[in-house]
Amino acid sequence: MAGMTMSQKILAAHAGLSEVKAGQLIEADLDLVLGNDITSPVAIKEMEKFNSKGVFNKDKIALVPDHFVPNKDIKSAENCKCVREFAKRNSITNYFEVGQMGIEHALLPEKGLTVPGDLIIGADSHTCTYGALGAFSTGVGSTDMAAGMATGKAWFKVPSAIKFNLTGKLNEYVSGKDVILHIIGMIGVDGALYKSMEFTGEGVKELSMDDRFTIANMAIEAGGKNGIFPVDEKAIEYLKEHAPNKEYKIFEADPDAVYDEEYTIDLSTLKSTVAFPHLPENTHTFDEIDDIKIDQVVIGSCTNGRIDDIRMAAKILKGRKVAEGIRCIIIPATQAIYLQAMEEGLLKTFVEAGAVVSTPTCGPCLGGYMGILASGERCVSTTNRNFVGRMGATDSEIYLASPAVAAASAVTGKLSQPSEL
Amino acid sequence: MKEARGTVFKFGDNVDTDVIIPARYLNTTDHAELAAHCMEDIDKSFIKNVKKGDIIVANKNFGCGSSREHAPIAIKAAGVSCVIAETFARIFYRNSINIGLPIVECEEAAKEINAGDIVKIDFDTGVIVDETTGKYYQGQAFPPFMQKIIDCEGLVNYINAK
Repeated sequence: MAGMTMSQKILAAHAGLSEVKAGQLIEADLDLVLGNDITSPVAIKEMEKFNSKGVFNKDKIALVPDHFVPNKDIKSAENCKCVREFAKRNSITNYFEVGQMGIEHALLPEKGLTVPGDLIIGADSHTCTYGALGAFSTGVGSTDMAAGMATGKAWFKVPSAIKFNLTGKLNEYVSGKDVILHIIGMIGVDGALYKSMEFTGEGVKELSMDDRFTIANMAIEAGGKNGIFPVDEKAIEYLKEHAPNKEYKIFEADPDAVYDEEYTIDLSTLKSTVAFPHLPENTHTFDEIDDIKIDQVVIGSCTNGRIDDIRMAAKILKGRKVAEGIRCIIIPATQAIYLQAMEEGLLKTFVEAGAVVSTPTCGPCLGGYMGILASGERCVSTTNRNFVGRMGATDSEIYLASPAVAAASAVTGKLSQPSEL
Repeated sequence: MKEARGTVFKFGDNVDTDVIIPARYLNTTDHAELAAHCMEDIDKSFIKNVKKGDIIVANKNFGCGSSREHAPIAIKAAGVSCVIAETFARIFYRNSINIGLPIVECEEAAKEINAGDIVKIDFDTGVIVDETTGKYYQGQAFPPFMQKIIDCEGLVNYINAK
């Protein structure tokens, strides 16, 4: 029997099996089940249909209202009420009310709820983010979430994997966002369909944890089932700070693990990368970009709303002004990040530059609220999807980019990289 | 449901869940309300023209993007009896099985079947017949485990039956 990938080893351990192979269907025990204010109400309705009532473990469920909160309208308020009352009824430990909440995929690692070796499902496609910490985590729908909450189990088809061997070190102003956009541009939006994306190599240690969260976060944008990183000293340092009392198990891929494909990427060769409308695979670097005038900039989301991202935006906006007529919206992803940004003086920098700073919310990323685009408008956004109508009108346009590119674009009023300032 | 028969609505590659059901309607969980906006951002006339039993045929990576189960729910509640595609995005695939929306992967059928054709699918055999052109296709059968979930008309019933 061939060796197993890192993802396969975590799945085998949670299915009580000594080995699994790609394509095998397994039932596995879950360490955490996650839902938000959009997906949980559907799951809660489904829960009522189960013969057995209640949840499998009140400590292993996380409910994070983050998409349309603070409530954007009456219907959203009703959905949040449904989630809040469910959490109360079932004594859910990890329910995060407005004031404590943040964007789920920034919040849960920060709260120490996602650790190496965990098997996590979440009714949100970007649940794959926690692979940055060496967990197997994947997005599911509301019915899977309901079944997970009721039984503590989920079914999985064991994925095969693509290996990304990272070497070298990123240049200044090039970040995890550019790495993952480069990869999606290379393999396409279904390049990793049903598969794990396993990142490895000497280059990993050069990536900050926030870069790794961004990369794992967008595995789904290549169709991936999960993205996963090895657990190194940087990850262990992060865990000491955020999950000091939680036990975890570090899994490593077998040396003879089999991969469907292998790519080697020299990080030092990567440039600022932008995904043009209307697919994340439509990537371009600035040597092939003409003047593209914009109307709005969004810096935030589960992809790029962490402190590294906010600091990068501030570094570029410090002492500069948002160009006339441009709306620049900055959304620190959690309350802790917001507070840190405040203490470091970053929020002052933003306001002085003419940007607005919002409470944590997914809002504009999915066209919910807090920055919807009108017909024909263009936005440079650090979010994760640029599908038709994603942020507003069906003929508006989203250019996905790093916080450095987004901030530089806010200053010039056109799609720009920091070196143009 | 052992078979489906209906008129085909055709779509291309990478039909994402944002166009299947835009996020501005995700403040509701009402199936009929979701259905009323199904495919709105890719084909405004879809919901006016679709009839109970009709079939969606699309190319690769159908249902990519968000995990919103509202997407297969909207399609099912709009009356669609089956989606045929070259490939499906994985969360959409899971969600469809879990809520009992029949889906079939078949590259040849997805490429050749035209909009407006009358198509019949036998779910036991996976055989797809384009009655308009007279062509037969063999869709990929589900593994037995997934077939059991489909036979129970969704994951909740399957778990209750266990």
